[in-house]
Amino acid sequence: MCKSRPYLPHLLLFFLSACYVTTASAQTNLGGVWLADYTEDRGDRIPGPALGDYGGLPLNDANRLRAQSWSASLLGLPEYQCRVHPSDYAHSFNNINLREERDPRTLELIAIHLEHFTWQTRRVIWMDGREHPPEYAAHTSMGFSTGEWLGHKLKVTTTHLKEGWLRRNGVARSDQASVTEYFIRHGNLLVWTVIVDDPVYLEEPIIRNRNYNYSTEVQILTYPCESVIEIVHEPGYIPHYLPGNTPYLFEFADSYNIPHQATLGGAATMYPEYRKFLLDLPSPSTTQNQE
Amino acid sequence: MRILMKTILSSIVLLCSAPGFSQPDFDNIDIHTLKVRNNIYMLVGAGGNITAQVGDDGILIVDTQYAEMSDKILAALQEISGGAALRYIINTHVHGDHVGGNVNLARSGATISGGNMRRDVTGQSAAIIAHESVLLRLTTTDAGSTMDVDGWPTSSYFEGKKDIYFNGEGVRIMHQPRAHTDGDSIVYFRKSDVIATGDVYRTDAYPFIDIATGGTIQGFLNAAQAIIDQIIPVYGQDGGTLVIPGHGRLSDFGDVLNWREMLTIIHDRVKDLKDQGLSLEEVLEAKPSLDYDPRYGDSERFITAVYQTL
Repeated sequence: MCKSRPYLPHLLLFFLSACYVTTASAQTNLGGVWLADYTEDRGDRIPGPALGDYGGLPLNDANRLRAQSWSASLLGLPEYQCRVHPSDYAHSFNNINLREERDPRTLELIAIHLEHFTWQTRRVIWMDGREHPPEYAAHTSMGFSTGEWLGHKLKVTTTHLKEGWLRRNGVARSDQASVTEYFIRHGNLLVWTVIVDDPVYLEEPIIRNRNYNYSTEVQILTYPCESVIEIVHEPGYIPHYLPGNTPYLFEFADSYNIPHQATLGGAATMYPEYRKFLLDLPSPSTTQNQE
Repeated sequence: MRILMKTILSSIVLLCSAPGFSQPDFDNIDIHTLKVRNNIYMLVGAGGNITAQVGDDGILIVDTQYAEMSDKILAALQEISGGAALRYIINTHVHGDHVGGNVNLARSGATISGGNMRRDVTGQSAAIIAHESVLLRLTTTDAGSTMDVDGWPTSSYFEGKKDIYFNGEGVRIMHQPRAHTDGDSIVYFRKSDVIATGDVYRTDAYPFIDIATGGTIQGFLNAAQAIIDQIIPVYGQDGGTLVIPGHGRLSDFGDVLNWREMLTIIHDRVKDLKDQGLSLEEVLEAKPSLDYDPRYGDSERFITAVYQTL
């Protein structure tokens, strides 16, 4: 019995070490280059959405008017040409690089850096427990992000975003939005879930998933942008349509014979039950035949 | 005590001249300091944001909030400057939430004088700079102003701009005619690349077009363009020239672009409706700012002023 006593501290140490290893291993290593897999919402991402297609987006009346007033000519203005995709939209495009930043002495995780190929934007996800800045601090296209591990999942909370867009046909996302993300690694597959909660422009939060594949062969390249004057306008010129004067608004609906109301978006259009509702709506061909 | 009472009274009078600003609970409001870049700070408290530039020459501030906040503002300035003297105050416009602390803060400081440059033979104070319209309104006692002479911006300018060089950088003060008022100035710190805008740009609400003091929607549009013209954004538009608004959060190029976009779209809609012959009531009923109301709040005062100043 006495001989076994010296082993007790060793046993305790063993269990403590095991606990530590378990905790450390719960932090999945996300580092490396990941290639975008366009298996979801492909048409919406590449080549991009049609004018007037807001279906499946929980946008409210204010955002609908905002989108219907939008003119693609806005993107031709020099000051709009190099606007980068905001961080809650950039995940829909192209490859990314995730890189850990660790304290060189303690090896504690300080931050995870995320680089997008598209627009060459860079995010920092702070993992050191710091607070988000006060409301009067600047907002950026990437926002201010903090992360925490939930088991093997990385949960990221982002605030301080500049005004951005939810779909690049004029659907806005306000600078009051907050974003919750989950990064879940399954071997060489990364599932990236983005939940946008915008009290200004959304009736409900919107949830999007994107898949990425791990790569050992690809590097993130540069993505320069330089503004040029393509058409000379008076200073302060902002192209937009007055309410009720937007052409092509239902071109998309008509070409696919979709009821106009279904393309206007709203929370209801996100749910499967909307299909039943669709059956009762007049389709463009029905309307034309009646005419 | 009489001086203190007079100071508080004057700030209340000026406050009343700026409808839309409710009286804050000063006891429960602190001054928060945000380092913007280099030696430029943004002070957030009650009323308009204060921009402070500190250095070996002393302190220069843009706007002074309310008189009731002066002690807290001075404490914040002491902290960021290590006890330097306040040399210059620049007022972006005449409203009480931006000039209310003029008297207290000016008296706490001292402008650099000597030779043939004596600000005041009776005592030292920081110099106060503003467009001459601000001086005219603050000295027009029959229009309701009761501000003590120590709070007057006697270093006024009446042309398009005024330049000073302070703490190793050029500071350009640029008049923005008939925007928020008729005496608006934006202040550009050229070396730090920071612009303090006063209320011609804000992030927390629709613009307040103070028609009574000469404000117009076209002036607001021009001022937005003037700010944008000064800005050089960095790649990605996060950073570059930084913009301290009259109210709200620190901004940059993209934020001011969004502001100009909102102003232009609502202006164009109201103009279109007015050109069609609609009355103000009918225009308000048409909700020409529906898409921006959830972001900027109640628009009735703004739409009314746009309609009236078109």
